[in-house]
Formats: sequence, structure tokens, C-alpha cells
Amino acid sequence: MNEITEYLGRNARQYGIVIALLAIVALFQVLTGGRLLDPSNVVSLIQQNAYVMILAIGMVMVIVAGHIDLSVGSVVAFIGGAAAIMMADWGWSWPVAVALALVLGLLVGCWQGFWVAYVGIPAFIVTLAGMLIFRGLAIVLVSETRAGLPDAFNAIAGGELPSWLGFLGNLDGVTLLIGVIGMAAFVLSQWRARRGLIKHDLAVEPMGIFLVKNVVVVGLIGVVAYWLALRATPIVLLIVGGLIMIFTFVLNRTVFGRHIYAVGGNRHAAQLSGVRTRVTDFMIFVNMGLLAAVAAVVTTARAGAGLAAAGQLYELDAIAACFIGGSAVRGGVGKISGAMIGALIMGVLNMGLSILAVDSAWQQTIKGLVLLLAVALDVVSKRRRAYA
Amino acid sequence: MTEKDEDVVLEMLGITKEFPGVKALQDVNLRVRRGEIHAICGENGAGKSTLMKVLSGVYPHGSYDGEIVFDGEPVAFRGIRDSEDRGIVIIHQELALIPQISIAENIFLGNEKAGAGVLDWNRTHRAAADLLSRVGLAENPEITPSEIGVGKQQLVEIAKALSKKVDVLILDEPTAALNDDDSEHLLGLLREFRDQGMTCIIISHKLGEITSVADRVTVIRDGQTIETLDLHGAEPVTEDRIIRGMVGRSLEHRFPARKATIGDEVLRIEDWTVHHPVDTDRVIVDSANLDVRAGEVVGLAGLMGAGRTELAMSLFGRSWGTGISGRVYKNGEEIRIRTVSDAIRHGLAYTTEDRKSLGLNLIQTIRENISSSALGKLMDWMGVIRGEREAAVAERYRRDFGIKAPTVESVVGQLSGGNQQKVVLSKWVFSDPDVLILDEPTRGIDVGAKYEIYTLVNQLAEAGKAVIVISSELPELIGVCDRIYAMSQGRITGEVPRERATQEELMRYMTMEKTR
Repeated sequence: MNEITEYLGRNARQYGIVIALLAIVALFQVLTGGRLLDPSNVVSLIQQNAYVMILAIGMVMVIVAGHIDLSVGSVVAFIGGAAAIMMADWGWSWPVAVALALVLGLLVGCWQGFWVAYVGIPAFIVTLAGMLIFRGLAIVLVSETRAGLPDAFNAIAGGELPSWLGFLGNLDGVTLLIGVIGMAAFVLSQWRARRGLIKHDLAVEPMGIFLVKNVVVVGLIGVVAYWLALRATPIVLLIVGGLIMIFTFVLNRTVFGRHIYAVGGNRHAAQLSGVRTRVTDFMIFVNMGLLAAVAAVVTTARAGAGLAAAGQLYELDAIAACFIGGSAVRGGVGKISGAMIGALIMGVLNMGLSILAVDSAWQQTIKGLVLLLAVALDVVSKRRRAYA
Repeated sequence: MTEKDEDVVLEMLGITKEFPGVKALQDVNLRVRRGEIHAICGENGAGKSTLMKVLSGVYPHGSYDGEIVFDGEPVAFRGIRDSEDRGIVIIHQELALIPQISIAENIFLGNEKAGAGVLDWNRTHRAAADLLSRVGLAENPEITPSEIGVGKQQLVEIAKALSKKVDVLILDEPTAALNDDDSEHLLGLLREFRDQGMTCIIISHKLGEITSVADRVTVIRDGQTIETLDLHGAEPVTEDRIIRGMVGRSLEHRFPARKATIGDEVLRIEDWTVHHPVDTDRVIVDSANLDVRAGEVVGLAGLMGAGRTELAMSLFGRSWGTGISGRVYKNGEEIRIRTVSDAIRHGLAYTTEDRKSLGLNLIQTIRENISSSALGKLMDWMGVIRGEREAAVAERYRRDFGIKAPTVESVVGQLSGGNQQKVVLSKWVFSDPDVLILDEPTRGIDVGAKYEIYTLVNQLAEAGKAVIVISSELPELIGVCDRIYAMSQGRITGEVPRERATQEELMRYMTMEKTR
């Protein structure tokens, strides 16, 4: 038991934020009289917040390396507008438009990465300039809104997987299958990681914690799968889920990912360890550009139109999600899982407050306070640990 | 001698100052006469700067034991303002001028010439000009420090000190960064101040300077006062006499036994010259030649500013300096090292003297730090890091090197200095180098951990690695090295084999000044 409390103490931050999310969900579930977790609300929670989660994945990497990206909202408008013009004005097929949008995202990333990594201008300045540049280009490009995009394209954000497998009672078979695969994949990966550690005679988390963690996560997946199965799986959930898995892997298991943490933790030490810090910086921004393009596709599909004003303040949503999720302002620390939970906290707040018909001005105020409190808790708890 | 013959302005009695795990000062006594230039000498880390920080209130009253008596009454400074109010002003080793604001503003920073919070620029510039002329600096007080050289900046620091009411002026290594002419001017200034009745305390490594300018010198060693010598006394005080006081300690069983099996030459540097990265005319390393063989531990001795770290870092992928020239031979063949990656590829490893800010990622775990210089060795064919193998490697080093931490997932910032140093060593040994350059490998770690580090150095040499140890502690060099080079002012001034190495001999080479 002692072992368990000690382990929890060491990992308090991680568990704390999950508990905060659950508490906020429970609070709004009660306040809204059960309407928050209505299946259609759960689906739209995912659809509404997909863009934040996609951007936050890239933003975590930017922030961990000690940078910031203020331009992603403008980039979303610029690339989304370009994709809409390709489809609406030029009549290109939607897969071509999506592919070119992603290429455009890479180019935008190269542009910003060049100034940050090779010219050595602080990312704050480069991306502040980018925010103006790409917003301006978006307005020039999309002088009038382009609507009437192909249905297949719009389905990226609003569509659901068809019920190939029929229904189990009133539950969608495909969704249940995905849920079961998700549970199995999680348990299997956890178990394999644990076995690997034991094989090499390394410390593992206490068995009790391991079991509880697995049961809780499996339970959560089950609950979400159940709600979704009452309707069907949103396509965008697959996109976000896939990106989370890929980039968690990149950050934890590839040399590139490890260099990001090294550069953010101590740039000079990384340099003296042979890390090519400029290349790392450049690649981080290229990657952010790519993810901004994905977010642009999702945003444009959700609106069903290319708008010059799309993506306003998206950069701040993504940055807030990262910091609520435990990324360090000075860099070196941050996890994708944390940022995703941060994004969900913001999303649940949005939705809960909207259901309660709270005025949008007050919604902003409340979200601002939550961000401040989350980071303040982090800072204070760290200071206490430093003195302990 | 009674109080009357000896007009004591300042007395520090039984000063003891402890840092976590280290006793920096132990029962130190210092007695300074009014109107004298009193020098304080000692090796790096002997406690000189700590003593001056106690005196000036940087370490406030209560954080140390002992008593300070100033002008006949005990004082308890809670901060640097308190000591300045009493007329004790310290000029720190690192220049503390703000480069972007004018000289005049720097001089009166925190002490502005103002009425009701509004600056009086005329009075500021006038007063600044007066102070500058007192230190013999003919510069416009409205230009910024970045526009003048280091020597003149040092004079601005003195002018800044003079802007306060000064009875005792403390200078910590004032000439360390100066050339000969500037040093000469500064020392002349000190003599002038003394003749005007000011008391000066000067900390310096340059013994030639001390014998020429000081009236008395107090020697500190290992945090204790050893002796105070009168330079005007009956017995002449030579540099050798001061050195004897600085190093006179016995070498007990502080070093593991060493049996060297020395092989072929692994690394040779010829004519290595490095210039300062900003002040590009200043030569920091001056045509250095050195070599090291397989299985050999070679020491690099020198005082602060001798150019040892700069030599090592410029060699390690040009990580320091500009205008680097010279040749490097590895196993007899000339190699070119342009980046850190090149250096690692050629089998070089360098552990920095500043573990915390240059050597480690303090917010990451032991595992992540150890693997960071050679992640390539842990990848599979797809470029994916094999997590369990990484953990296993880290675990092996934790056991073999005796890193005291519960698991390899412990965050490095929470380890003790000795254990952090073992993590640094693990990290570089894992990169499998042929040549390891260890810069101050035992700085700030306790005696027990030092012994373990020495043992590791021995093991590395026995495994056929060539090891270069840079250290400011002479007993350490004599205890672990087979051969020791001494550096002074950027030049290698001597090479001493282990059998002939004594601290006195090394110190003579280390304080050898450039022939004018």
C-alpha cells in the first residue's frame, strides 16, 4: 500500500488532470440534468473539438522544444480557403484537394521553420508575423466565401461510419467492434511494456495500480463506445485517434521525438551531446504545418465552406490545451495525452456552459480562469516539491 | 602588538559557512589594517570568494557562524545594502555592468541622482565624468559599456564603487580578464587609493601582482586560514613562499592505486590556437601541443582563465571560440572536427565542468540522459528506439557505476552532485569513445564520491581509453594522472611526468607569466 501511495505521489500531476476532467464532466452532468453525456452531445463534443486536439498534438511538440506557434489559426484559414477554392472554383476532386492542402501545410512549416531554426529569430516573432501573413493571404484568397463543397469532403468532419455490421439491439456493431479493439490494444500494449520491463529486471509500477489503470481505461473506452454506439462512430474520431497514436509513438520512441525533449530541456547540453538542434527545430515547425493543414481540412469540412475568417483564436485554444495538460512554459516537459485531456477539459466546459445557456462572454471568462488555475497549481506544486 | 599600533579596520573571527554537504569555510580569521592593500590567496575552491560574500552580506548574517567586527563594533549585515551603507564595497569577479545602458547610468544604478524620483541628467553626467577621471578613464559617460574594452569596463566598475562611500574596497580577481597594460593601470590605481587612506582587499591568482602591490597576504586553503604574511617584514616573501602555503597539504589515501599499461598514441594536437568568440583579437589558447596515449590518464593543470576548458571545448566540435587553427591527429592520421557529431564520430567525448547548465538535462530521467549522446545505438532498422533495451542499458550503468537512485526513471535534477557526475560519465562511456576529456570531474562533490569517480577513471584507462582530466585541484591531478600538462595564459608552460609531479612544481608552471 505504501508503495502505491508513493507511486501516486510521484505521478500526481498526471493523475490529477485526469481526475480534474472527470470531476468537470460529473459536475456538468449534474448541472445539466444528464444532458451533457447525451449520445448526440458526445458525438458533437468530438466533432467540435477535433481541430483543437489536432493542433494541440503539433503544439505540444513546439512547446516542449521551447517554442510557441501563434500562427496556426491563420494557417488553418489560409489552407482551408485554398482547399475550398480547388474544389469549388476549379472543380478538382476532394482527395486531390486534401493531398495538396497537406503539401501546402508542409511548405508553410518549412517557411516558419527556416526563420526560426536557420536565421535564429524567436518563434514568437516568426509566428506572430505568420499570423498576420497567412490571415492576410487567406483574406486575399477567399475574398468571398466558397460554399457547396462535395458531400464526401464534408463527411470528414460531420460524417459517421456506416453500419456495415448491423445492430446489436440498438447499438451500432462497427462502433462496438472499434471499442473492443481499442480496449484490447490498450491492455495488450500495457501488458507487453510491463513484461519487457520485468524481463530486463527493471522497476515497474505496482501491480495494483497497473490493474486499476487498465480497468479504468477499459471502462472509459467502454462507456464512450456505448454512447457512440447509440448512434455511430464519427469519422473524425478515427482521424484524431490515429494521429494521437502516431505522434505519441513519435515523441516517445523515435530519435526525433527524444531530441525534441532534449532540446527543450537543455539546448546547450543537447548541442554538446551531438544533437543537431537546428534540424530538430526545423522539423518541429514542418510537422506543425502539416498538422495545421489537417486541422484546416477538418475545419473547412465542418463549416462546409472556405471562409477567410476561419480558425480565429485556434492558436490560443491549442496553446491553452497544452498548458492545462501540463506542458512547461519553459519547455522540456509535455505529453500528448496531457494536451488531449486539456483539450477535452476546454471542450467539456464549452459544451456544458452552452447547454446551461451561459452567456459567451462569461464562458470566455471562466475558461480563462481555468487555464490560469491549472498552470498556477502546477507551478505551486512544483515549488513545494523543490523545497521538500 | 596592541590595538593601537595595529589600526585594525576590519576583523573576521571564526567564520564558518556550510553549504548542504560541504563546509566551505571553517573557523576562518582575517584581520585587515586600515589603509593597507590586503591580498587573499588560495587555490580555486579554497573559499576566498565565499569569505568575501560573507563579508559583503551576500550571505546574510545568520547564514554563517562567527563574528565580523568593523571599525571596532560588531556588525550583522543582512544584505549587500547594509555593508555598502557601512562603506564596504565589493566588485565581483564577473563584471556586473548592463551593456545596453550608458556608463553614467551604470555607475549610478540603484543609487540614481534624482529628485523625487525624477532623474537629474546633468548632475548624473557631471558626477560620472568626475568619477571616470578619478580612475583615469577618458571616455564619454554617455556611451554604453559595450563600446569599450574589458579593461575599461573594469575601471567603470571601480568608478561605480567609488560613487558610494568607500572605506574598504574588495576586488575579486580584478585582473583575470585584463591584458598586461590594463592590469598595470589598475594596480597603480589601487596604490593611489591606498595612499589616499582607502583599504583594499584583493583576491588574485596572479602571485606576481600580489608581491608587487600588496602589503600583507592571507593564505586560505580548504576553507581554513593558513597564515598571514607581511610583505614588508624582515623575511622576504617570494612567490614560492606563498605557493607553499597555498598547497601544503598531505595526500592521504584519497586516490585508488593505479597501475598503468600505456599503449600507442591515440590523440595529438599541434599548434592549437583559439580566439575569444566576442573579443576576437584576444588569444585564449596559444599554439598548444599535447598528446595522449591509450590507457593513459593525462592531466591539464591551470588556474582560472588559463584556457583549459576553452582548449577542450574548441577541440570538441568547435563548441567554443573563433579563429580556431591547428591540427588534430587521431591514431596518427590527421582528422577534421567541425561539429560535435564529428567529434563523437571520431571517438571523442567531453564532459563539461558545468554539469548542470551544459552537461545534463536536469528535468529528464537518468535513462533519457544516459542514452542521449548515442541514441543511434538503441534504434532498430526502422529508426525506432527500443525502449526496453534503453532501460536495460541505463540500468546496467546505474549498477556498474553505483548511481544512487531508486530507479533509472529518477529525475536527474534530484540527484546529488556525485551521482549526477556518474550519470554524465555513463552517458559518455555509452557513446563508446576512444578519448574522454573530463573537465573538473569532481567539482562540488564530496570526498567519498570523488574516490568513486577516480576509480571509474582508472577503470576506463585500464579498458584502453585515453583520458584527459582537467582539474583545478592539484592533489587530484597528481593522484590520478600519469602525466600532467600545465597551462598559463593560454600556453602550455610545462609537462611533468607523474614521478616528478609536485604541487610546487606545477604551481610554478601555472603561474608562469608571459615574458614581456
